[in-house]
Amino acid sequence: MKVLEALRIAMRALAANKLRSVLTMLGIIIGVGAVIALMSIGRGVEKYVTDQFAGLGSNLLFIAPGQITEGPPSLRANPVRSLTLGDMLAIADRSRVPHVAAVAADFQTRVQVSRAGKTVTVQANATTPEYPLVRNWNTTIGSYFSTLDSDERQRVVVLGSETYQQLFPNNEYPIDQTVQINGMNFRVIGVMESKGGGPGGNLDRSVFLPLTTGQDRLFKQKTPNGEYRVTVIYASIDDSANIPAAQEAITELMRERRGIKYLDQDDFTIISQNDLISVFGDILGALTIFLGAIAAISLLVGGIGIMNIMLVSVTERTREIGLRKAVGAKRGDVLIQFLIEAMTLAAIGGMIGVALGWGLAQIVSTFFGEFQAVVGADAVVTSLVVATAVGLFFGIFPAFRASRLNPIDALRYE
Amino acid sequence: MMPKNGRTNGQIPVIALRDITKVYQMGDVEVHALRGIDLEVYPGEMIAIMGPSGSGKSTLMNIIGCLDVPTSGTYELDGKDVSRLKDDQLAAIRNHKIGFVFQNFNLLPRTTAVANVELPLIYAGMGGRQRRKRAEDALRLVGLGDRLDHKPNELSGGQQQRVAIARALVNEPSMILADEPTGNLDTKTSIEIMELFQRLNQERGITIVFVTHNPETAEYCNRVVRIRDGLIESDETRQATAGIHAAKTHAVSSNGHEAVMVKERER
Repeated sequence: MKVLEALRIAMRALAANKLRSVLTMLGIIIGVGAVIALMSIGRGVEKYVTDQFAGLGSNLLFIAPGQITEGPPSLRANPVRSLTLGDMLAIADRSRVPHVAAVAADFQTRVQVSRAGKTVTVQANATTPEYPLVRNWNTTIGSYFSTLDSDERQRVVVLGSETYQQLFPNNEYPIDQTVQINGMNFRVIGVMESKGGGPGGNLDRSVFLPLTTGQDRLFKQKTPNGEYRVTVIYASIDDSANIPAAQEAITELMRERRGIKYLDQDDFTIISQNDLISVFGDILGALTIFLGAIAAISLLVGGIGIMNIMLVSVTERTREIGLRKAVGAKRGDVLIQFLIEAMTLAAIGGMIGVALGWGLAQIVSTFFGEFQAVVGADAVVTSLVVATAVGLFFGIFPAFRASRLNPIDALRYE
Repeated sequence: MMPKNGRTNGQIPVIALRDITKVYQMGDVEVHALRGIDLEVYPGEMIAIMGPSGSGKSTLMNIIGCLDVPTSGTYELDGKDVSRLKDDQLAAIRNHKIGFVFQNFNLLPRTTAVANVELPLIYAGMGGRQRRKRAEDALRLVGLGDRLDHKPNELSGGQQQRVAIARALVNEPSMILADEPTGNLDTKTSIEIMELFQRLNQERGITIVFVTHNPETAEYCNRVVRIRDGLIESDETRQATAGIHAAKTHAVSSNGHEAVMVKERER
């Protein structure tokens, strides 16, 4: 008997008992639905996070003082030696760090910014002029300060988009307006694009000024020997393939500059975007295993449900089986008929599950506008294949039983 | 014993049973259901196998129907020995050579008449279009040309049994094996069904074997075999006393065979 014929018989048998068929599928539906929904949401979150990191600037390395250690901050290693502008200039030297494309330094601190009676507390980023280039970030109004502004220690400031909205609630044109930073007058020369939240705080709620101006006029936080102290150095690398090499070169350079002895620990940290992404990758990996376990359990339960109903169905249809055998059905024909029925049941359940999961993912996406759930074709195909395989596996025993029925007894069965 | 019947001249018997026995093991007890049955049935015969319950007639029917194999003895169906075949081989024989009609019809519920009739053709591996045509032809032959797409619950008992007869005919088997075919029908419908069998037997030469304990069914047959305690008690070949022959016989004369045949052809 052809498989197509068996499929038609199976569809008819399932349609004859619609409610029971749906109830039987429920385990598979829920299992597949949960997996599709959670996987889609997971993918969406992953994509969102990756996009956020990509927004930090391409092929970026972060160099920060101290070691990132586990445990609460109070238990961390002793106060760390700062990085300086000199470190940044050294890293910018292509003879030492061959693959570096651009470098910027950033000194971060909290400041109060006021204008026309409004005061906000935001993060100040006192940076070198290359900052927008390295961070892959532009202004929407005006421009970032220039090397000349920096060299002349000009009191100019670029506002983060939210800071601009807070200080200029009526969308006044901000250029050449004056704001006070910690009481000192600064001229606004630009507003940055909105970047949104991300690792390291919301940069839209900050202001940007030249490192020289900040350290010489405002914060006065130079190192004892007069160097410009910085919080973090950004180095963008020409190609992602060269990141490990660049990381190694910078490490060697920094150890040498800071006089760290052979075998002693670094007292600075270099983090690549990939490091950050891989942390999220680990979290998502754990989540995936967890989801897999849920899926396996619900598919197992669903499979047992299918086996149970198929056994009932075989008993109920004993006479049908007897008749089919009497008119010439071979064992294999009966076996295939019931196997296909179980597989059809599971496959339809899988399809409904996919639809359900997709719907759930869409609803969640709509609720949390930040990210869009991604329903992957691979997840859909895998779910359907696994669901059908579950149907096949749990259908074997009932189908085998049906195929072994003796037609004489089966025909006489009441 | 050889049946003395006009159709024996040189033809291969449809059924040739030689010294058939069947022993069932019921716990420690051996039950001898059949103790040595010899029987030949020739093409075109309409034969009733009768016997009280426990006589072994059901066992004999299962063996004749290739649903079961004998413990000893040989069974040749259309000249081919089928007494030692395996399950799947028997299934193929049933599919090609035997049409079953049951007391309780055994139609698939929620399935149209034509789909029910197609069933044996599915297992014969016939393609969909040809199958449908053959099934429709078989249904027309039993007078259900206007009920092709009715489901069993939309048909009367007599109509359901006609569907079952169409299903038995559709594979053009060597014989139809009918197990108490009128057991679930009222008298009037029973007569219709038995006359249908007679018509198929006479017009199409189809060999029909009834297994019954109902003497009225036997009256339509021209040969009656009685079984008792696993042995053939009697084997009687005679003129059918009921049905399309008998009715005309009463109307015309006590020996109106020729006249009936003429009338029959005119119908």
